[in-house]
Amino acid sequence: MRFFPVTKPYVLLLPASGLILIVGYRIFWLFREKISSPEYQEFTFRTKEWNMVIPDMSSYNQPRILVGRTDVVSVTPWLAPIVWEGTFDPVLTDNIYKPMNLTIATTVFAVGKYVSFLKDFLETAEKHFMINFRVRYYVFTDRPNEVPSVNLSGGRHLTVISIPGSNRWQEISAQRMKIIHNTIETQIHKEADYIFCLDVDSKFHFRWGAESLGRLVSVIHPGYYDTTRNNFPYERRPASKAFMSMDQGDYYYGGAVIGGLVEDVYKLTKECHKEFEEDAKNSIEAAWQEESHLNRYLYYNKPSKVLSPEYLWQDFKARTREVKVIRFSGVIKNYAAIRPNE
Amino acid sequence: MLPKQLHCLLFVVIAGGIIIFWLVSTPASLRFTVNQSYFKPSFEKGLTWLQVQQQILLNHSLQTKQAMLMEPVRSDVLTVTPWLAPIVWEGTFDPQVIDEAFRSYNLTIATTVFAVGKYTRFLRDFLESAEKHFMVGLNVQYYVFTDLPSHVPINVTLGVGRQLKVVKVPKFDRWQEISLRRMELIQTAIEEYIHQRANYIFCLDVDMIFHGRVGPEALGKLVAAIHPWFYWVPRSQYPYERRTISKAYIPQDHGDFYYQANIFGGAVEDVHRLTKTCREHLEMDKSAGVEAVWQEESHLNWYLLKNKPTKLLSPEYVWDDLRGQGTKEIKLVRFSSIIKNKAEVRENP
Repeated sequence: MRFFPVTKPYVLLLPASGLILIVGYRIFWLFREKISSPEYQEFTFRTKEWNMVIPDMSSYNQPRILVGRTDVVSVTPWLAPIVWEGTFDPVLTDNIYKPMNLTIATTVFAVGKYVSFLKDFLETAEKHFMINFRVRYYVFTDRPNEVPSVNLSGGRHLTVISIPGSNRWQEISAQRMKIIHNTIETQIHKEADYIFCLDVDSKFHFRWGAESLGRLVSVIHPGYYDTTRNNFPYERRPASKAFMSMDQGDYYYGGAVIGGLVEDVYKLTKECHKEFEEDAKNSIEAAWQEESHLNRYLYYNKPSKVLSPEYLWQDFKARTREVKVIRFSGVIKNYAAIRPNE
Repeated sequence: MLPKQLHCLLFVVIAGGIIIFWLVSTPASLRFTVNQSYFKPSFEKGLTWLQVQQQILLNHSLQTKQAMLMEPVRSDVLTVTPWLAPIVWEGTFDPQVIDEAFRSYNLTIATTVFAVGKYTRFLRDFLESAEKHFMVGLNVQYYVFTDLPSHVPINVTLGVGRQLKVVKVPKFDRWQEISLRRMELIQTAIEEYIHQRANYIFCLDVDMIFHGRVGPEALGKLVAAIHPWFYWVPRSQYPYERRTISKAYIPQDHGDFYYQANIFGGAVEDVHRLTKTCREHLEMDKSAGVEAVWQEESHLNWYLLKNKPTKLLSPEYVWDDLRGQGTKEIKLVRFSSIIKNKAEVRENP
């Protein structure tokens, strides 16, 4: 090749150093992206947005503009609906959501003696929860062989996932966020569109249907729906990541019910768990564990739909005028008998 | 010292290695960062859409009054539809929270308005009042569709981040025809340029004036406004198209609300679907020799009965000055049709 000049060895240094630089830069960039981008994940979620379409001209009652539930607020200040009996039409709601062919994941933790609540939970869910929808129950327990076999309707499945138990009920409660987050990552994101994370020590008594579906759904705690915000049992120590000051707060949400699109609940559980871990490093445990972190998260990331206390009651509470139906309620229990510690 | 051919070969090998390594090491999602993460792919003719941020996120704490669950601010009206879409009335929302949440999203709202023939006279008041009340603080792109571009007032001061574009359109002899063709023109405008430039779009009538805030509380995936003359009547009296031959036909015992076509909007993708469907139905009706009783408003109502709006605007957002200063339910008139001599401005009765 007469056209090439007599080359010196260090001409090769040019492409060689170029290669090293590019390799180094690429590795550095990838690493930086991975650790700094909160969105970076190697999987995608099944569902983004849904349009509300009625399949045909179905008949239902005309809504009246000048008539509504006059005793309660049915929309939040950021225009998210608050679901009460009488605010939605169940026939219309089912007609809209059924054709979407949704799968709803439902996580429930039954650790230690709490496994005894499973039978009632599942049997009543089969009667009232998302009837005629595809439901996948994920039962997290340290006693897999004590999970009762309950007859599930067609299109509904149950998966048992083993997790370690603990000597402290607070610990069990606090780990739920992490476990749900991990399970979404490994499994649920492929299998479901929406997810609900429910407490096991409760029973369904009335319809809980597609009216509860939304991007990010929370429930108003039955003990605090008529209280001023300075009396909400938020975490009040500024040292905690769950801190809420006296003049902050919309509602007090119950940790027994978290719901929404799988992607949004994934973000929520990730964030809440991260904050919980940071507190643990500083030797703080928030007043109501993950419920405190949940409440702070939902103050800054407003839910797109809020469920009224009909969707989370407590059997020991007397009925009130406003709560016309009870759909899901915590059973009366002897805490000393079922919790591993005080 | 290596032979010259080997140098050349080595150079090619190293260069090839660099390229292969770059291709292999960059995951697809990072390779074209800006475009792919920003646009969602659509089934329509290769159209892509700007993201619509639906979540309400606060960057910092706000000093706001607590909303007490047992003390409804509005107990005189329906504030949520049976399919759980909010109905926006004064008192139902906190403007501070809404503004704070939407400010950080850097949204652009396209706003179409038709000013054909003598209707250009309404533009100045429309635009001046919009600058005072409509989506203040957000980026707005007005698209003025007119057959007389020279009649568009040029000295209306627009706020920061707000622009106006004039789009020349043909004029038709009948006002009904002008009205009908709006769907087609909006659909085309979305396909040709709006889809790349705006997250949301509102389609407004020009013979109206803003009197009060119309802000991000009105934003949603698919938004319609309740007609101020029909909100208390039974559905059998709604002026739906009742002839079965029309695509806009709605039977007597069907219907949620009667929506007025003076203001509707939503995410650009959803409004595209709405205008496309309405346009197709209008054309089918035309072939069948029928014109719906209220032109595109009839088709709009059919569409919104089938495709439920995700948010409704109360009649505060689409008032009619002929109804006076409002009734007890209407605490604030935000956007209202001006009283005009119809015979004088229209081409035909």
